[in-house]
Amino acid sequence: MTVLTESRNIETGTERDVLLSVRDATVAFGESVILDKLSLDVYRGEILGFVGASGSGKSVLLRTILGLVRKQGGTIRLLGQDLDKASDEQRMRVDMRQGVLFQHGALFSALTVLENIQVPMREYLDLPRKLMDELALLKLELVGLPPDAAPKFPSELSGGMIKRAALARALALDPDIVFLDEPTSGLDPIGAAEFDELVGKLRDTMGLTVYMVTHDLDSLLTACDRIAVLGGKRVLVEGTVDDMLKCDDPWVKAYFRGKRARQIDRSARG
Amino acid sequence: MLTNSQGEASGAPHRPGENGEPRVTLREDGGAVACSLSGAWNTRTVAHIDAQMRALEARDDIRHLELDVSQATGLDTAGAWLIERLVHAHEQRGVDVTVSGQSEAATILLAAVRDAVAQDREAAARPHRAWILNLLERIGRAMYEARDDLVYGANILGATIGGAQMKLGRAHAVNPAAIVHQIDRMGVGAVPIIVLMSAIVGAIIAQQGAFQLRYFGAEIFVVDLVGILILRELGVLMTAIMIAGRSGSAITAEIGSMKMREEVDALTVIGLNPVGVLVFPRLVALMIAVPCLTIVANFAALGGAMFITWLYSGIPPAAFIDRLRDSIDLSTIFAGLIKAPFMALIVGIIASIEGMKVGGSAESLGNHVTASVVKAIFVVIVIDGLFAIFYAAIDF
Repeated sequence: MTVLTESRNIETGTERDVLLSVRDATVAFGESVILDKLSLDVYRGEILGFVGASGSGKSVLLRTILGLVRKQGGTIRLLGQDLDKASDEQRMRVDMRQGVLFQHGALFSALTVLENIQVPMREYLDLPRKLMDELALLKLELVGLPPDAAPKFPSELSGGMIKRAALARALALDPDIVFLDEPTSGLDPIGAAEFDELVGKLRDTMGLTVYMVTHDLDSLLTACDRIAVLGGKRVLVEGTVDDMLKCDDPWVKAYFRGKRARQIDRSARG
Repeated sequence: MLTNSQGEASGAPHRPGENGEPRVTLREDGGAVACSLSGAWNTRTVAHIDAQMRALEARDDIRHLELDVSQATGLDTAGAWLIERLVHAHEQRGVDVTVSGQSEAATILLAAVRDAVAQDREAAARPHRAWILNLLERIGRAMYEARDDLVYGANILGATIGGAQMKLGRAHAVNPAAIVHQIDRMGVGAVPIIVLMSAIVGAIIAQQGAFQLRYFGAEIFVVDLVGILILRELGVLMTAIMIAGRSGSAITAEIGSMKMREEVDALTVIGLNPVGVLVFPRLVALMIAVPCLTIVANFAALGGAMFITWLYSGIPPAAFIDRLRDSIDLSTIFAGLIKAPFMALIVGIIASIEGMKVGGSAESLGNHVTASVVKAIFVVIVIDGLFAIFYAAIDF
């Protein structure tokens, strides 16, 4: 993985490295169409915030990208690989370069935190045991957990620690892209702010690309480079916070200009 | 000046440096060592270089260490970890270390990893103890656990007898719908398997008994044997074992998964007694269902025996029933049936205790379901033995 920090400038119109590209993705469960010809690009080195009303299909899109939900049409290219046409080996190469933080952590309850982080390492790499322990502890430190959390079981951790441990597992293989599903939900504002800061720091140090599904306005404002809004079964609008404030769609207006969003207004004016 | 390319000597299958494998080239000059790092230093490749880096780390004849990372490509946290580990180890010894040639991005990465290396990484090693102490500890823990089980079992029993569905001061009628629902699930649902199993067991006993008694020309006494054995012991025992496996495991899993998701805590906070709400209906349902199932099992087993004696020994069903009426009386039937509610109570209480002990993990749920079934079957058999001793003592 190459550390690329120079391609982060959003306004530049230069050709940028597209890590994930979704084209005309259509997903339907029976009669009900959830996503209709949705298209989306995620560029290398950016933090993309993905918002949408509850039930609008944010999680379905994420699960479709990860291959957990079958799509009826369209193409998804992840890390330059068309996932429908990928052979098992190509698929595995892609899997090695992506990390996922599920909404509730999805840590394996029968394994300790350290063993949880080592699961992807064991699966894909042939590392000496000592080095694997060291690397897992390093990941733990990078996400801001104390070393004494390593031998604990997930049931012994607080909500914020579970999110961090799950992030450490997502980062176990030094992925190019990580998918975060509501990473700050259930955290207090201070913990959420710390988590946002952590994601930004990891993006800078590890050159991560982050795809973040979130409802947290503060995260969108402070951590995300770009925001995409899902509505009406496709991407309504994408761009910076300023673009969001200019958008005329009633839901986007309500979301970014509602009572809870007054700090955005203030910062936009200031 | 000595050029020592250790990478080539390490016996790697490919020539190091090819295929982007990481590689260290050493240039030694007295106590000064200059390392030139090349190849890809990432999570997927560091395993090749780990041993060599550790060897370099362990050397204490180095006065001055110079690392040139300009040739290292694709540095990620794993690669950075190896580099920083080496730097840290030598800095601890007071060696002068310089790192040069890193890109801007690599500088940020190395700095972030350095913070992590600098922290005290002493993992608390578990103190080593003699095996005898471990053995004693396990025995002690098992004893305390058995005591806690007993106390908790008494609590559940007490709460059940007291009918404590609500917390103090809010006595409330038992919910009959819940009990009927449980009877349907644990009783009616179990009828087919219990009928089938009992009929087969009854048939087997009748066949073996008939073959043995044939030597004495006393084949007709197989009816006495089968009647007494099934009505006093086997009918209720087989039913209890089947219920322990079928319903005991279900109770443990249900209560256990509710415990895992804090539903039990929610009940407590709302003001409901978890034992009253979760355990009581199941216990009552079991105590009604198991005697009924025992009667069903008795009939099925006798039916199986009747069919087999007719088939193998030529005893017609009318003669079988006639003989049965002479050999058994009401007390034989009740000697078996009385045990049924006790068996039900034991299966239910053990299953509930194990369910309440489930911790946070899926593995714990599995362990407790296993423990529930094993303990319930074991205790059911022990209780049956105690009843046999008791009956013999009072000549019942």
